[in-house]
Amino acid sequence: MTKNEIVTKINLSKDIARFDIFAPLIARKARAGQFVILKANAAGERVPVTLVDWDEKRGTITVIIQAIGKSTVMFNDKKQGEIFEAVAGPLGAPVEIKKYGTVAVVGGGVGIAEVYPIAKALKSAGNKVISILGARTKDLLILEQEMRQISDITVCTTDDGSYGQKGLVTDALQKLRDGGEKIDAGFVIGPVPMMKFCCRLMQKLGIKSYASLNPIILDGTGMCGCCRVSVGGKIKFACVDGPMFEGDLVDFDELSRRTGEYKKEEAACLLKYRESHVCKVGLH
Amino acid sequence: MPNPSLPRQQGARQNPKDRIKNFDPVVVGFDEKTALLEAQRCLNCKNARCSAACPVNVRIPQFIEALLKGDVGAAATEIMKTSLLPAVCGRVCPQENHCEGACILNGRFKPVAVGLLERYTADTARNTGVLRPPVAGKSTGKRAACVGSGPSSLSAAAELRRLGHDVVVYEALHDFGGVLRYGIPAFRLPREIIEKEIQTVKDMGVIFESSVIVGNTITVEELLKDFDAVYIGSGAGLPTMAGVPGENLVGVYSANEFLTRINLMQAYKFPNVDTPVGIGKKVVVLGGGNSAMDAARCAMRLGPESVTIVYRRGREEMPAREEEIENAVEEGVKFEFLTVQKEILGNENGRVRAIKCARNKLGEPDAKGRRVPVPIENSNFIIEADTIIVAIGQKPNPVIPRKTPELKTSATGVLVAKEGGETTMKGVFAGGDIIRSGATVLMAMKDGITAAGKIDEYLRGQNDKK
Repeated sequence: MTKNEIVTKINLSKDIARFDIFAPLIARKARAGQFVILKANAAGERVPVTLVDWDEKRGTITVIIQAIGKSTVMFNDKKQGEIFEAVAGPLGAPVEIKKYGTVAVVGGGVGIAEVYPIAKALKSAGNKVISILGARTKDLLILEQEMRQISDITVCTTDDGSYGQKGLVTDALQKLRDGGEKIDAGFVIGPVPMMKFCCRLMQKLGIKSYASLNPIILDGTGMCGCCRVSVGGKIKFACVDGPMFEGDLVDFDELSRRTGEYKKEEAACLLKYRESHVCKVGLH
Repeated sequence: MPNPSLPRQQGARQNPKDRIKNFDPVVVGFDEKTALLEAQRCLNCKNARCSAACPVNVRIPQFIEALLKGDVGAAATEIMKTSLLPAVCGRVCPQENHCEGACILNGRFKPVAVGLLERYTADTARNTGVLRPPVAGKSTGKRAACVGSGPSSLSAAAELRRLGHDVVVYEALHDFGGVLRYGIPAFRLPREIIEKEIQTVKDMGVIFESSVIVGNTITVEELLKDFDAVYIGSGAGLPTMAGVPGENLVGVYSANEFLTRINLMQAYKFPNVDTPVGIGKKVVVLGGGNSAMDAARCAMRLGPESVTIVYRRGREEMPAREEEIENAVEEGVKFEFLTVQKEILGNENGRVRAIKCARNKLGEPDAKGRRVPVPIENSNFIIEADTIIVAIGQKPNPVIPRKTPELKTSATGVLVAKEGGETTMKGVFAGGDIIRSGATVLMAMKDGITAAGKIDEYLRGQNDKK
């Protein structure tokens, strides 16, 4: 097998794919909460992607990617046997895995995949794991079976009610609490607004929350300072100090603004790629 | 016969109007004629002050003599006896502080243009196929790992190889060169020069591995199981921010990020590459060092209305190279000297709209002899800006210090190392910005070469014990 080769690729939904990539050095070192940098080709961006799983024996790491911008579309256009130009990691600080008691693990969209290794490690550490999985609609709800296997309680929500409870993850959390569940800590990964409101609710409910932040990351190795976030009024660098931070202390609004910095460029880039892509197909 | 009274030759240069539209080299350099004229100015001093003043003691009179004899290959070999990155040094070394500053011609004449001669020699020797890369020494059977592929690690790697050790270089990024690649813009150091210098080191038999973050992918402890010694040249790290309100507004960059986007990721070619860089109409750069000049001059090439450098002291006190300040002035960069940032102001969308500054005056000299800026009361004023680049310094890269408990660090986060690079961990040596915080390419190279000598002693000492 070649370094950075896609060993298996499975499409989980129209725009979400799961990759096992041959990266034995990373597989040996990966811990829950860490990420890798992927780069599609020579002109490609360095894109941070959370590690979902790893298999030291096989030498593979698993990532799950939702095609949103040009880079992630290019990733998902790759086929089994193809390679990434660069795979670097593991990066970031691992999540502190210990016995908290009862933990709520909340994943929104592809955040479910990202929170999976944390849930798994927390379960192994003897916690009671309550998983709350949220998605816009049924097709985007991923890894339900995997999460059920490692959770004591699993609740699914969809915004449109096409599967599980209709509503948001915060509704499900409130409901569990109203039902008498005592929760000691919460781990939240998903879109910024979801993390913001979830952490806010946890604060109200007296649950210590942790959120995995997704700022724009460039080098990812503690050099450039692009990934700075405000935590408790102080500047922190997500690539080395995080990406997981105490939810109560994070300035989510600032994070949201900073992650949107290149929206216009991203849209233009994607459009250009799609046009050239369609054109190629048209010629065949 | 030497003729020092000849006018100092100028390398051909792109004119400022053209060059702010491209990232091609500003200084095109000498051709054969100008190089030979300039070489004639060298007195070939017996006790060469220039060599003594060079951090890596390049054999300057010797290489110039070889040039005059018409043997460019021999000239390159002379340089490469002590410096393995001649084309890089010739371009980015602050010669005015070293060789040219020490040249005996200073006073009566202008100093010999050693930097331009060095790059001419390296480039010409390479392009005409007469550059003879140093040969790897007789194998010692010892293995050394070099962490990072910037000037420090590259120099250490090449030197260790020359001494007969097997060497593997581990780089965290996807491409090699460290600060040469992500920090220094192509108009000062063309990318193909970096490629070629690295190729020379590869040709010596040094193995290069990219995307390996030592500390994370492999720990230093693990490296020591596979290698007999480790050299850490992991360089600079997280930027020092200015500590004023508004630094996380959209449109505020650290110089590291801005330069990495442009230099490593080639964002100036967006959308032909996928990494963008944001540039507004009015750019303000905070700081007065070489990174500030590089950032300002890169920004200028992205086509804004104005680029203004805000620096807390005066022009005389600026730590940037004089040549780079002049280049920036020529290219239309404006300066606000004796000015300090107070607050970055944003609009309702959290984007930068302006920066509030205040004026300073110069007070008494500090311990280093530089006059301390003293704020003038009630001197606040506003500069409109939609892009702000903070270039006021950086800390050493945090990854290895955090992941290697045996390595002691100082209060500023640099690795503690003795003269020669020996750290607090057996078999581990370090140099460059990881022990100095912010130093020049040349100091980093010097550290690498010096440490290679120490590592060689250490490795041979291991044999003696057996």
